[in-house]
Amino acid sequence: MASTSAPAPITPHGRAKLIALGRATKPIREASGMARFMFWTGVGITLFFVALAIFAPLLSRYNFTQYASGGHRFPQLGHPSSAHWMGTTVQSSDVMSRVVYGAQTELEVVAIALAMSLSVGVPLGLISGYFGGILDRALVLLMDALFAFPYLLIAIVIAFVLATSSIGGGILTAAIAITAAYVPLYFRVVRNHVISVREEPYVDAARALGARPRTVIRKYVFFNVVQNVPPIATLNAADAILLLASLGFLGYGIQPSQGAEWGYDVSRAVSDAASGIWWTGLFPGLAIVLLVTGLTLLGEGLNETLNPVLRQRRFGRFEFDEREPREEALLDQ
Amino acid sequence: MTGTSLRTYLITRLALVVPMVLILLTLVFLLMRVAPGNPIQAALGGHVPESVVKPIEHRLGFDKPLLTQYGDYLWDILRGNFGTTITDNRPLSQIIQQNGAATLELTFFAMLIAIVVGVAIGLVAGRYRDTWLDVGGRMFGIVVYATPPFFLGLLAQLVFGVWLGWLPTSDQASPLTQALLKTHTNILFVDAIWDGNWGALWDVTQHLILPATTLGLITAGVFVRLVRVNVIRTMRDDYIEAARARGIAERRVVFSHAFKNALVPVITVVGLNLALLLGGAVLTETTFNWPGIGHELVLYLENRDYAGVQGIIVVFALVVVAVSVIVDFINAYVDPRIRY
Repeated sequence: MASTSAPAPITPHGRAKLIALGRATKPIREASGMARFMFWTGVGITLFFVALAIFAPLLSRYNFTQYASGGHRFPQLGHPSSAHWMGTTVQSSDVMSRVVYGAQTELEVVAIALAMSLSVGVPLGLISGYFGGILDRALVLLMDALFAFPYLLIAIVIAFVLATSSIGGGILTAAIAITAAYVPLYFRVVRNHVISVREEPYVDAARALGARPRTVIRKYVFFNVVQNVPPIATLNAADAILLLASLGFLGYGIQPSQGAEWGYDVSRAVSDAASGIWWTGLFPGLAIVLLVTGLTLLGEGLNETLNPVLRQRRFGRFEFDEREPREEALLDQ
Repeated sequence: MTGTSLRTYLITRLALVVPMVLILLTLVFLLMRVAPGNPIQAALGGHVPESVVKPIEHRLGFDKPLLTQYGDYLWDILRGNFGTTITDNRPLSQIIQQNGAATLELTFFAMLIAIVVGVAIGLVAGRYRDTWLDVGGRMFGIVVYATPPFFLGLLAQLVFGVWLGWLPTSDQASPLTQALLKTHTNILFVDAIWDGNWGALWDVTQHLILPATTLGLITAGVFVRLVRVNVIRTMRDDYIEAARARGIAERRVVFSHAFKNALVPVITVVGLNLALLLGGAVLTETTFNWPGIGHELVLYLENRDYAGVQGIIVVFALVVVAVSVIVDFINAYVDPRIRY
């Protein structure tokens, strides 16, 4: 239906949105020096992997589970050659195909996990911070306890319990495990910010005018708080790739038949390394490092360009809480 | 006066530990016991006759009502009894003593390397902000952070173990050393010094270098970021300006005024990074076949040994909480502003 109708005229409201978009992207366009370099390098690397993921079937010559072609079985642990640019594994599968298809798995799982942790952590943080009271106390206690715990262990335990029960391993299991590890982070960031926004005059004004809590949160609090999320979410995506690879390395990620996963491939390669075989581990490992570096650069570039206000505020108005190095590491730089 | 306020702070802080530990223990219990599936069947590998399962169920108390189990579980932990594994019938206290010692050895040296490397690079990067030294330091921090410990470990094994043949790539010591070295503390490094057994010390050190450096370098990334930010922050402070105005040499301003103050938060960071380090230790130990507690965790995970997994996770939780309390104590002692 939308395709047949004429392009919608830009309404005043639409124009306001466009202007807002222009204003929002202005810092990125005006960024310079290190921030600019980090941002655009990060964008480049990330887009490269997105392209790999989308065009995996076109880019790779074989499927990630394939171990033979045209009736010929691939060599076992074959050196990189013209037929297999990155060599082959013990199971005779093509390393390059597994690396290319791996981009699909990593990005898919991390996208699902991020969407889930945002949709749980952000609303909980908003409600908890805005309403306060006993619910807030209880949630803060719970989230602080989880936050102090090594998140790799949280993810391992969840993945272990899910994989052992009837649900079994797979993309969703991995995503849920990663989600559980990151919800406390979003909860804390959002809640702490809501606490300070809640007392702003414009929020008081809205309340005084008789707006319901739902409206106040949606119209006044949410958009002020959500600005902090993109840099955090990007850095978090980098972290989530590492977490997924670590789960895969320990055997709790994606089942080998479901998708190619770099961490799992590196775990298989540890025994190869003892006999000097480098190509089975090097390429999937480099893929992890490159994608995580890309996302980190993107996140930090975003942070530096978007958050000068936030940074000044942190020094000036907010009390610097030294007990939050993870958030600190994510927000500062 | 400060004595009372410090004591008040400590008591308040300790009181906060109780709910935190209780929450963590409850979460572990809920996840492990309420999850669908029979843990004993899983541990013994599928279809085992009832006659075999029942006695084990009874021994572990799995046949009691859930609430009683929960009570017993908390009571046991309170008495310092973390249970016994299902698959190899090993008491957790033994795992803590033996494998915990190996983990302590690894994490201690890793932390040492992380602090030395991370603080040095962070200080330089912060001092020479926006120069190529800063860019290099930050890139080091980012790339090191982006490298999973198991991949760095694999590369280290390839280069220093297989190609150059300089260092061993697995285990905590060679079999001969392990057989001959007398046990005092279970920490092989300390045991070797205790006996003055220099041959064993050399062997243990050789085995330690690759895993500790791997874990240490990965952790160093966090220190680079934080120390750099702290240096930049302190260099902006008024007292730096004041020191300069008094005509103190720039060198002294940087070393005695800026760096010292920038390093105070490092105490906190060291403690809080323990959580990160423990996660990394699980992966590093698996890569290097290091017989630590993380290595055991992975084994019990593979064998679907619920009791083993639960026990080790509880130990990790208690260690994390204990360290965070100790860090807060040190901070309150060093910086009076914290104990409001």
